[in-house]
Amino acid sequence: MFEILKRQEMADGTVVMNEISAPLIAKKAQPGQFVILKANETGERIPLTMADTDPKKGTITIIYQVVGKSTNLFKSLQVGDHFQDVIGPLGKPTHLEKLGTVICVGGGTGVAVLHPITRGLKQIGNRVIAIIGARTKDLLILEDKMKVASNELHVCTDDGSYGHHGFVTDKLKEVLEKEDVKLVVGIGPVPMMKFVCKVTEEYGVKTLVSLNAIMVDGTGMCGCCRVSIGGKTQFACVDGPEFDGHQVDFNELMQRLDAYKTEEAIAMDKYSCECKAAG
Amino acid sequence: MVEGKTKKEKMPRQPMPEQEAEIRRRNFKEVPFGYTRELALKEASRCLQCKNPSCVEGCPVSVDIPGFIKLITEGEFTKSIRKIWERNALPAVCGRVCPQEAQCEGNCILGKKDDPVAIGNLERFVADLEREKGTGELPPKAAPTGKKVAVVGSGPSGLTVAGDLILKGHDVTVFEAFHKPGGVLVYGIPEFRLPKEIVYSEVNFLERLGVKVECNNVVGRTVSLDELFEQGYDAIYLGVGAGLPRFLNIPGENLIGIYSANEYLTRSNLMKAYLFPEYDTPIVKGKNVAIFGAGNVAMDSARTAMRLGADKVRIIYRRSKEEMPARAAEIHHAEQEGIEFYLLTAPTRFLGDDKGRVTGMECIKMELGEPDDSGRRRPVPLEGSKFQLECDLAVIAVGAGANPLLTRSTDGLKLNKSGYIITDPATGKTSKKGVWAGGDIVTGSATVILAMGAGRMASDSIHNYLTLGW
Repeated sequence: MFEILKRQEMADGTVVMNEISAPLIAKKAQPGQFVILKANETGERIPLTMADTDPKKGTITIIYQVVGKSTNLFKSLQVGDHFQDVIGPLGKPTHLEKLGTVICVGGGTGVAVLHPITRGLKQIGNRVIAIIGARTKDLLILEDKMKVASNELHVCTDDGSYGHHGFVTDKLKEVLEKEDVKLVVGIGPVPMMKFVCKVTEEYGVKTLVSLNAIMVDGTGMCGCCRVSIGGKTQFACVDGPEFDGHQVDFNELMQRLDAYKTEEAIAMDKYSCECKAAG
Repeated sequence: MVEGKTKKEKMPRQPMPEQEAEIRRRNFKEVPFGYTRELALKEASRCLQCKNPSCVEGCPVSVDIPGFIKLITEGEFTKSIRKIWERNALPAVCGRVCPQEAQCEGNCILGKKDDPVAIGNLERFVADLEREKGTGELPPKAAPTGKKVAVVGSGPSGLTVAGDLILKGHDVTVFEAFHKPGGVLVYGIPEFRLPKEIVYSEVNFLERLGVKVECNNVVGRTVSLDELFEQGYDAIYLGVGAGLPRFLNIPGENLIGIYSANEYLTRSNLMKAYLFPEYDTPIVKGKNVAIFGAGNVAMDSARTAMRLGADKVRIIYRRSKEEMPARAAEIHHAEQEGIEFYLLTAPTRFLGDDKGRVTGMECIKMELGEPDDSGRRRPVPLEGSKFQLECDLAVIAVGAGANPLLTRSTDGLKLNKSGYIITDPATGKTSKKGVWAGGDIVTGSATVILAMGAGRMASDSIHNYLTLGW
């Protein structure tokens, strides 16, 4: 059992942060790696990339967007409650290397995953320009942490309610025009990553993305998370989750993420009814 | 003497009562009901009690078969299960899933003229009786040796090693990557063939003997082998299974509705997707299902799809019926349940719609040529025989490879060119000191009982090492 030690709601309650006691995982985890969580006996196995770890305290931090039944169930867990199962660390860690100037682009809860990578890239001696965005000001997360983790931070909102009015890709173009950039790391919703890669392809800048495919075991046993990378099938759980963004078939990934849309709606309806009945 | 023998031969093999095919093809309850006491006594009385029993030679863990059957005829059911436990810690499992026709029963002398003794059914009978109505008394255990053993993987070979070594007085911890113990017995074999309650009860039996089971620990990621040694483990057994799904590598394979058998069965069995939405994990419920491959896993997948409401389930296999690797009983059960067999047929590509969902496939007819490396006749495509079949769910059950997660992250472990661990065939020792391996990660995909046999051999060697040295 994995106890929740801290809990914080962000972005108007659409995003939740949990700090969870998981000493074995905390000791081993590196930036870019993920865990699989299962709330209770009947729960699903949900992969989430870790937003932070504290090996001394023996904790890991996850930040997730509340979208369906499983994440609503996660959200219902309070400090002192437990996840029944947490498995990890899984996936390959981010390859951190000193390159010069790098850009870290994050959207939505992708910023949570981007944060430790940004910090790691800066610590190793890169000049890190961070660009983070959200639909609107209230949905923006981790601005302060990203400011500390980077050398320069740009904030964008789609509706112009805060920071630069527009998409992260607009700002990305602007920076790419001015700077000699060696690497772009883009993490966020799949359409965002797709367009980040489109932009960086024009400028010929290598781009890493982190893919949030649906998974079951997370150890390469089932092939549920298969993604097409340069026309070849790879498993996001063991070959990733980070890949060369210019090789990723984003359209296939988007379709596969929708594989259980109908079932997700059924599960969510049932959960809402149960919650109402329980008052 | 002569009279007795004739009498024994007259008694026909007692069939095990089972659910009617028409009913069971739509539910997940176990297919056979098991022997009653009367049926078991009748069947046990058929055993000739051979002086040099060839059935035992056919058993990978050398259970004293005439011995436990004789105890049944005497009504000594507790003694009978204890006799089996001497060699086999998982009799309720083996009685259900062993390919007896190729092992013990295949060697039974009665089988030469008549049907062999139903050894598997009898093993199941005493194991079930012990579980349901037994004394719960544990077998005797040796005094503690103070030695610690880590068993990686809680499938059949790992559980066998754990069961053997705990009885010999060692301190045993089993590490399991999934959230529940049992390995393939839990994620792979469906409820209707092996109820999970039985697996948990077998694991619980080991826990009562003192075995510790640590789930959610992905050895190789959560903890390394060298760290286990640092933590004071004296020996490590790797029984992690094959664990890498094989795909067909044909166009369209990433369409939605195409699963590896590992994924399909894990969703249904371990995650209980067949109970969705009571359980949260979803599964594609196809109406028109294609299963590729013809082994036990393919039969399990086909029969699962039928139970999840399919109208049509086809097994598509590139060779002919004679080459199908599944147990005869599984093929028979599948046929009874209305599974269709498309033999000498191979898929060439999948077809999908604009949402990325599978809608069908293109196949080609095959003919059998010269025997290949496996000794089976090689299937050769027939020119101009391409045709299309519709399907909204496809499961690929063409075997598994070696999962590199643990092996590649461990120094000093020699692998063969396919990535399987190289071991000493007589002991199960790997190239790394203090580390043994067995089961599918050494041999490639095989059966539960062969994995258990490998576990038995390794546990003997581990015990020697812990008492005498490497």
